[in-house]
Amino acid sequence: MSNAAVTEKRASTLRGARLPKWSPYAIAAGSVAVAVGIGLAAGLDSRVQLGLIAGLLFILGSYVIAARVEGRRQAKDRVATSLVWVAFLLAVVPLVSLVWTTIARGVKVLDVYFLTHSMGVVADSQPGGGIYHAILGSLEQVGLATLIAAPIGVLTAIYLVEYGRGNLARSVTFFVDVMTGIPSIVAGLFILSLMLMFDMQPFGFAGSLALAILMMPVVVRSTEEMLKLVPNELREASLALGVPKWRTILKVVLPTSLGGITTGIMLAIARIAGETAPVLLLVFGSKFINANPFEGAQASLPLYIYQQYGSGETPAYDRAWAASLTLIAFVMILNMVARGIARWKAPKTGR
Amino acid sequence: MAKRIDVSGLTAYYGSHKAIEDISMTVEPRSVTAFIGPSGCGKSTFLRTLNRMHEVTPGGRVEGKVLLDDEDLYGTGIDPVSVRREVGMVFQRPNPFPTMSIFDNVAAGLKLNGSYKKSELQDIVEKSLKGANLWNEVKDRLNKPGSGLSGGQQQRLCIARAIAVEPKVLLMDEPCSALDPISTLAIEDLIGELKERFTIVIVTHNMQQAARVSDRTAFFNLAAVGQPGKLIEIDDTERIFSNPSVQATEDYISGRFG
Repeated sequence: MSNAAVTEKRASTLRGARLPKWSPYAIAAGSVAVAVGIGLAAGLDSRVQLGLIAGLLFILGSYVIAARVEGRRQAKDRVATSLVWVAFLLAVVPLVSLVWTTIARGVKVLDVYFLTHSMGVVADSQPGGGIYHAILGSLEQVGLATLIAAPIGVLTAIYLVEYGRGNLARSVTFFVDVMTGIPSIVAGLFILSLMLMFDMQPFGFAGSLALAILMMPVVVRSTEEMLKLVPNELREASLALGVPKWRTILKVVLPTSLGGITTGIMLAIARIAGETAPVLLLVFGSKFINANPFEGAQASLPLYIYQQYGSGETPAYDRAWAASLTLIAFVMILNMVARGIARWKAPKTGR
Repeated sequence: MAKRIDVSGLTAYYGSHKAIEDISMTVEPRSVTAFIGPSGCGKSTFLRTLNRMHEVTPGGRVEGKVLLDDEDLYGTGIDPVSVRREVGMVFQRPNPFPTMSIFDNVAAGLKLNGSYKKSELQDIVEKSLKGANLWNEVKDRLNKPGSGLSGGQQQRLCIARAIAVEPKVLLMDEPCSALDPISTLAIEDLIGELKERFTIVIVTHNMQQAARVSDRTAFFNLAAVGQPGKLIEIDDTERIFSNPSVQATEDYISGRFG
């Protein structure tokens, strides 16, 4: 940690001594080296421990060296910067490791055959088979849930922002907040109790209903925030032209916030696409292709992953990882579509 | 056709707070009337009661009468939406619709209110932009977004948007306060032209501007912070600025208070 050089001091009140540009990297390298040294000396072999020690040393080292050379205010500034960087790395490392593991294990059996075949006549212990039935089930269940939850959620948000006053609006907001906290298994049980009342067998649409319950509050919340971002001046400008309120909302407020609303809906879809619990209760899972969400058990991707991994056979593990990769890719594609729409529909700038 | 405005005994509230009290005045057709007075005295609030925009603010309500050529804007069965088609408004900060092109911004009032033929729209847009002295600057880029224009151009775009629906009265709430002197001059010239066709009411903090553009000037004041604003006097602009009949007006104009 001796590699921090002191630049020449000058007799100016505006220009203090500065550490050279490469000093943060040098301090980082130095702290990693020291951390490894400490690890060897103390016989630590966990890389997580070493990483944490290095991070701590980096922050401490930045402060001490900067305080010596540059003064206390700059030292605090450097500590804040180091904290941000360390926090960033701590957040990114698990993410990268998760994506890496999933890709590394998932590509083994992921091919066109895997995507276009079901588990129809394949036992869990055998290789082969695929996830076509699970993709189909997921798409149908999530699609139906979105068809129910997105319009209701967006309209509720419009009510809350544009019309809602007084007790009704306040209680709607309160219950939306409560709904955000509903555990998915409870939503599943709620629909299950209805199903039992009417003596029905598991089917895809029942899962959609539970997923819609989970999705709705997320859509309301995000849409509400987006509508609040629309400047009041635009509403007033439209009203002052003699445009009725409903047309103002439809033609001015919604187009202005469309990008944000779409992003919110896509993120809500991403959230419910990974739900396992309600699907397990209500859709039950199936090895066969069932394209009709209104009758008979269906499969879905998260449920497929859960069941394959639970079976404990090596070929089933491979299939579970490949299905995980497919699910992540599905969510990521949705996210990218959302960003594309947001950029395409964003208020135009430029001359 | 420009219309006359007759206000009598008008009081406006924000919730329980009385913002302006007992205002009566007449605004002549085809003239420019300027409202001056210190901040918070209720000029803008009063302006917004003239096209029922005041009630858009939560808690806003109004007592009294506003006659637009003998029809009370606050009478029973009056649709505020129709009122706003007759009485247009330009705001302090230029606010073109960000999702729309220059053409669509000007056509917005018509398009959002019903279907118009494309050729008809084109004529109206061209006429309105010429009316707002903006046509020559934007005629080659009508399909570009309105937010790409300069502040002064945006404000003239908003004026074009307001006059495209052919209102009888045009209300302007400090239309030049966010603009540089050159754009201000352009808009003041424009006001001079527009008064041939419209009744214009303009709120301004700039007394030279009031003296330059208006035929009549109304001075508003409030007794103290928290008290409702009142109309002190309204008279010919020349008289207000040379020989006002109330001492408070002279004090304000000569900069002795307010």
